[in-house]
Amino acid sequence: MVFLGQFPALTGATMNIQQGEVVLIKGPNGAGKSTLLRLCAGLLPMRSGTGTVLNFDLRTQRMALRSHIGLLGHRTGLYPDLTVSENLQFWASAYGANNTEVDKAMEFLGLNDRLGSVQVQNLSEGQRRRTSFALLLIKRPSIWLLDEPYAGLDSNGRQLVNSSILQASELGTTVLIASHEIDKIGSSQERTLLVKGGRIVNDSEVDSEG
Amino acid sequence: MFRDAWLVTKKDLLIELRSRILINQIAPYTLLILVLFGFALDADTETLRDTGPGLFWVSTLLVAILAIQRSVDVETSDSAIDRLMLSGISPTSIYLGKTIGLYLQLIILEALLFIVMVVLFDMSVVNYPLVVVSAVVTTLAIASSGTLYGVIASGLGVRETLLPVLFLPVLAPAVIGATRAFGDAFGRVNADGWAWLGLLSVIAIVYTLVGMLTYGNIIEDT
Repeated sequence: MVFLGQFPALTGATMNIQQGEVVLIKGPNGAGKSTLLRLCAGLLPMRSGTGTVLNFDLRTQRMALRSHIGLLGHRTGLYPDLTVSENLQFWASAYGANNTEVDKAMEFLGLNDRLGSVQVQNLSEGQRRRTSFALLLIKRPSIWLLDEPYAGLDSNGRQLVNSSILQASELGTTVLIASHEIDKIGSSQERTLLVKGGRIVNDSEVDSEG
Repeated sequence: MFRDAWLVTKKDLLIELRSRILINQIAPYTLLILVLFGFALDADTETLRDTGPGLFWVSTLLVAILAIQRSVDVETSDSAIDRLMLSGISPTSIYLGKTIGLYLQLIILEALLFIVMVVLFDMSVVNYPLVVVSAVVTTLAIASSGTLYGVIASGLGVRETLLPVLFLPVLAPAVIGATRAFGDAFGRVNADGWAWLGLLSVIAIVYTLVGMLTYGNIIEDT
């Protein structure tokens, strides 16, 4: 069980996700999708229950887990006063990545040339999402947690995100996506969870096994 | 740890360089406070000289509140703090990095404030080393406690109003010590400034250690 303040945001979530799976988390606004992702990232404490992510206990080893997680949240986590390049350079240094990885990610997401020197506060929402997504590619975490990753992206941006997800999944990265906007990614290891009222009410894998 | 701390410091300083909030907004506010104190005390030079050390540190505290709020805003306005927590940088390094960044900004503001005070109040320093060392140590006490209380107030969701209420009483002993040390350095009070500096050093060290040990737990709860 996870509380946000006094509100029980997640009250029943039983799931077992294998490495390399792509899990779509669907549900209405306020259902607990973002809370579930933040719980998996080790950013929220559990009030009751048990959980393990990458063999890290969610009750006692959240801090150790976090460096293996890539989270793309509602908010981008970028510094608006810094340029795209400066943001990427800072986070790359924090992640221990080198300049080549930064350049590759920027090029892949179309952030090189003119955009690199633009302050993040002057970018469109889609461009901010791309910058934020580039940080996932630079960090190369074991698990991607994507909260509405398509918000504000044009069709080209969506394709880039989709192909990155599929590529990452093929390389063994586990991907959890909370999104209203898609029903399918196209991965062979895809599954859908339906969250409502803070509970997982439907799991496509459990259903298919049943 | 120190590499990561320096990374955070450099980032904070770069943000200030780009946004210029320190220079364009906080620095003028600093000077305005001092000038207003001058008007309020009716431009009586002797009174201004006597109260100058106290006015200096009260002004510093007021601008420190703005700088602390800014330092916290940088991390919370777009949830960069979440990304920092997921980056693998330890909370102690984040704390040290933010404290050093805030410290350097406050030192710049204090240097400006000092020059204006000396010129405006026509004050003369009799012990420069005491001025420098007490400013260095007191600023560490302000930056270390400010970084910690900034994030505490941020977690309670009422940062703008709560931060001064939490922060100012904690720093009262440091302000008393710093005022005495400055008073001695300006030759305005009959006190042993170096003895007061000893107290200031203890306060600065204790606040820094408490911050290093507790910052991680506090950002977990915010």
